[in-house]
Amino acid sequence: MGKMTLEDVNNRYLDVLRELGNIGAGNATSAIANMLGMKIDMNVPNIRLMEVSSLGMAVGAEDETIVGIFLEVENDIDGSMMFLLDIPSARYLVNKLMMQEASADEPFGEMELSALKEIGNIIAGSYLSALSSLTQLVIVPSVPYIAVDMAASILSVPAIEFGQYGDNALLIQTEICADVAINGYFILMPEQDSYEKILKSLGITV
Amino acid sequence: MGKVIKVGMADLNICKAPDVITTLGLGSCIGLVLYDPVTKTGGMVHYMLPDSTKVRNNSNIAKFGDTGIRELLKRVVAAGANKGRLVAKIAGGAKMFEVSGLSEVGNIGARNAEAARAILKELGIRLVAEDTGLNYGRTVELHCDTGEFYIKSVGKPLKII
Repeated sequence: MGKMTLEDVNNRYLDVLRELGNIGAGNATSAIANMLGMKIDMNVPNIRLMEVSSLGMAVGAEDETIVGIFLEVENDIDGSMMFLLDIPSARYLVNKLMMQEASADEPFGEMELSALKEIGNIIAGSYLSALSSLTQLVIVPSVPYIAVDMAASILSVPAIEFGQYGDNALLIQTEICADVAINGYFILMPEQDSYEKILKSLGITV
Repeated sequence: MGKVIKVGMADLNICKAPDVITTLGLGSCIGLVLYDPVTKTGGMVHYMLPDSTKVRNNSNIAKFGDTGIRELLKRVVAAGANKGRLVAKIAGGAKMFEVSGLSEVGNIGARNAEAARAILKELGIRLVAEDTGLNYGRTVELHCDTGEFYIKSVGKPLKII
């Protein structure tokens, strides 16, 4: 099997990712529903293959403040992953979790950031266990790191990761609905060798 | 004030007074400007990685410090700037997430900033101001009528270098 780039991604791989997005979002939704003790619905995820240079605009305006939760993964797959939430969604989840009514304009305090990290951890873990069971590969995440900043500056991290291998990046968008729609974006950044390993374990040869 | 020219990620462009050239939300990337105070001509490159020779897929020259800064120099000189008078300012190169250890994600911002210093030195262009590192994003603007470099960050006062 020769060297591959993300440009070689075919429809079949996108289907697998859609499935991964579905299972992951399903797991994440039930985890959040359990945590918050409420009923939550989920829409079919939208998978986008996009140019690295436009990744900064993927979740809204480049200078719009968003929440980014970043984890490194290791073991059978090495790389990193990121989960992004817009501020109203993040504020909604934190308020529910902490049983409070703070407004979306208020900055997040220490406790709230730590609650968000935990939410990110649970959501990321849901996607990773979906990927793990699809591929039969062992994937261990690091502790979560968080940033609340401009979308483009947070997205520069995955853009640079993907930018080392090619000009395209994969983004999984999921929308879960409680009383309000919660918009989340998930980005998986396997290193080149691990990317090949994922494809191979899914029975895809490019 | 003239018009505002926007530079995207892995992109570059030139600018003349009274216009402003800007890039939004620099994270670990670098926004580097060159400016000739006499002709009030300048330009900006927003690059993502320090070195094009370390990467196989390197067709976009604005994506890398080494090729991007050289191309920007060529373009501002062609637009009427005098190379001997050019000064440089840089911003960005942040570490957006406090990851532990020496992973790629942890130090790419610092490496990007280091590349700017090294390449400018090699080209003989003075680096007169910089605002790099730390852990937050920056929106930057070069005002070509004054040469001032504006830096805006979330929850921080405007900084002019």
